[in-house]
Amino acid sequence: MTVLQIAALAAVAVSGGAVVIMEDPLRQALLLGMFGLSLTILFFVFQAPDVALSEIVVSTVGLPVMVLLAIRKVRQQEERQQEEQGESADA
Amino acid sequence: MSFLPFAVAAWLFLVGLYGIVASQNLIRTIISLTIVQASTYVLLLSIGYRTGGQAPIFADIPATSNAVDPVVQVLMLTDVVVEATITALLLALAIQAHKRFGSLDPHELRALTD
Amino acid sequence: MSRRTRLTFFGVAVACFGTVLVIGFTGLPPFGDYHGVYGQVLNGVAVSLRHATDIVTSLNFDIRAFDTLGEEFILFSSVLGVVLLLRQMRKEDEQESEEGEQEGEEEHTFAGASEALRALSLVLVPTMIAIGVYIVVHGALTPGGGFQGGVILAAAPLGVFLGGRYLKMKRIAPDTLVESGEAIGALGFALVGLGGLIFVGIFFKNFLPFGIPGHLLSAGMQPIASIAVGLEVAGAFVLAWTEFLDQAMLMSDEEDG
Repeated sequence: MTVLQIAALAAVAVSGGAVVIMEDPLRQALLLGMFGLSLTILFFVFQAPDVALSEIVVSTVGLPVMVLLAIRKVRQQEERQQEEQGESADA
Repeated sequence: MSFLPFAVAAWLFLVGLYGIVASQNLIRTIISLTIVQASTYVLLLSIGYRTGGQAPIFADIPATSNAVDPVVQVLMLTDVVVEATITALLLALAIQAHKRFGSLDPHELRALTD
Repeated sequence: MSRRTRLTFFGVAVACFGTVLVIGFTGLPPFGDYHGVYGQVLNGVAVSLRHATDIVTSLNFDIRAFDTLGEEFILFSSVLGVVLLLRQMRKEDEQESEEGEQEGEEEHTFAGASEALRALSLVLVPTMIAIGVYIVVHGALTPGGGFQGGVILAAAPLGVFLGGRYLKMKRIAPDTLVESGEAIGALGFALVGLGGLIFVGIFFKNFLPFGIPGHLLSAGMQPIASIAVGLEVAGAFVLAWTEFLDQAMLMSDEEDG
């Protein structure tokens, strides 16, 4: 095993642990992008360029964008629900 | 040292499982599911690897040279793209659940329907 | 049960499961020493059999194209689920907020879209389209194929959105065009398989003439299958992202206006 392969495996393990430990979903989305990038490097170093090509766009752009938009939508819904609760409490 | 890839795959699986069990937010559960999926990629990749092998693309190397196994790469390739869309479906379900029940906590979802 | 009890149970379970998993992994062939016969045979004969130099893509679209058909329809149906859920929610939300406000159709730039970001997206979007088309078409020769190129192609309208032009993105990737593109891609891949059934008698057998390995149209039906899958994957991802964007963006227009 070359040094590059060992380093890529270590990066994947560390960023995977970091994604799970992080509390805020917003920051977890960005860490997910980093995790995808380290996974891409791992695939490339293990002689699998096809898989690396498909993983790089999906996991650095595709997934974090969807998670961020979902978080934004949930926050909008929370604000609207708090407004409605405030109105029904006043009335 | 040659056990390291399998150890990383097992570590990712167990860490992702911990994230699913211990999360109090549906979106964190979905992100931890992505980590569990990644552990299967690492496992498949390390099974098919041959020491000193090249990528299985014979455009400029002769067809008889030592190459890694292509079959496991085919399994990983479509899996990566398909599971991203499945994560999209899960996120849409989480948004819908928050709209109906007012909370993203998986343990409060049951209580609000009582 | 309380959280602490649950986590204790989980700790015990993961200790047992973890040991069993690691013991199972030691039974695998040692790392780097894989002796799978199927892969070795394919590496040797696929270039002369299929006249394609990328073994992984020819496995995907020619030798094991039946599995790819299944995966493609998983993709199709999960995006269908996303569209159904989120459009239904959007209709319900629009019925709830009945103040009679018109959705802001005028140009809407976001607060953070600086000139540098717009210049960058101006450079990146045509590059992404060109690279995506290149990777889709050259699937049988170099690392690439329908799935990889399709995702890169799908990132091009997203680049337009990131440059601050959300409504322009809706104009260059309108819903009907993207949906029909995705459906044509899914149907095209199934039709390629049916073509094998009709012309040669075996589902998904390569029925187009072969060429010299290394040339663009040398692998029979692989470029066509690759283009069909590229269309479908690009359409699926643009559709999913557009639905999420509509949820998060148009709603805030209604609230601010």
